[in-house]
Amino acid sequence: MSSSHSSTFVMYDEELRKINMVSEKLLREANAKVIFLVDKNGQLITSVGETEHLDTTSLASLTAGNIAATGGLAKLIGEKEFSILFHEGEKDNIHISIVGGRVILVVIFDTRSSLGLVRLRVKKASDDYGQIFEDLAKKAAQEDKDGVPSPFAEITDDDIDNLFS
Amino acid sequence: MSFINYASREINCKIVYYGPGLCGKTTNLQFVYQKTSPDAKGKMISLATETERTLFFDFLPLALGEIRGFKTRFHLYTVPGQVFYDASRKLILKGVDGVVFVADSQEERLDANIESMENLKVNLEEQGYQLDKLPFVIQYNKRDLPNVTSMEELRSLLNPNNVPEYEACATTGEGVFETLKAVAKLILMELKKGGAGGGAMG
Repeated sequence: MSSSHSSTFVMYDEELRKINMVSEKLLREANAKVIFLVDKNGQLITSVGETEHLDTTSLASLTAGNIAATGGLAKLIGEKEFSILFHEGEKDNIHISIVGGRVILVVIFDTRSSLGLVRLRVKKASDDYGQIFEDLAKKAAQEDKDGVPSPFAEITDDDIDNLFS
Repeated sequence: MSFINYASREINCKIVYYGPGLCGKTTNLQFVYQKTSPDAKGKMISLATETERTLFFDFLPLALGEIRGFKTRFHLYTVPGQVFYDASRKLILKGVDGVVFVADSQEERLDANIESMENLKVNLEEQGYQLDKLPFVIQYNKRDLPNVTSMEELRSLLNPNNVPEYEACATTGEGVFETLKAVAKLILMELKKGGAGGGAMG
């Protein structure tokens, strides 16, 4: 995994479908309200559950900030990272964990579930997510190697200027 | 690191506004927020102290429209400019696709600008980036004030590589969109160079 600035994270239909299947299952089995996946840079990958009244973009950005800040704390005390964060509210709680070493899994749940159940189910789902993201990385690397052209290879100055008109 | 989502046909990019304390990074974002139509923007988040100094970051998601069938989304972040928030600044640079350096044109802030620019380079290098290889633009802010350093001097001290540069007054919005447009353009040009895969994360 390089982290050069030119690298791009790619998501395809097939993998997204698989990810959403794992999320739906986790949502059911953990009795959760919402589940979303965010990349460590704060970009929302996908969400399932009761998301209609949620500002998922802001949630994604703040979650990544949260993980980044606690990751910084971890390093200060000699830990690699804190792989699980839990925020307890009066009604709703947030369980945040890192899956596959690179993606943030967020589970929002209320009194219909419990921390123990969520932890258990998240642990199980993490392996499934991890496998999908590993396959995804391989697929993207292969496409890169094969020289599949970027959909943006053909963009023109006019295309870009039009965005701002 | 941009995120191309073929499933939802979206492209997400991260722009970070860097610069010394009180140079106008948050003001830039606030102006963009005010002047953008509601359907093109999300909520602006400011994690600030009680005295409205940025504590962790400001965040503004923008949707600029479609390009080749892909919705383009830019996530704008500011860093906290005050020297002692360096640990937070490093975190926000993670995964950056383009950088705007906002310089404070006032004479008494000349040293602070130079220090912040050095800090940007060091922090980027720590993350494995090189400033001269990233989409990068400079904004000379507060040009409306009486005690400003000349453009020649600012240029020679802050912009040896001749990256795109803009004079601005972020409070009135002068130069704000020009700066944003320039960095967005550089990022999209960078995407044009890249392949469809890449796949590297984290």
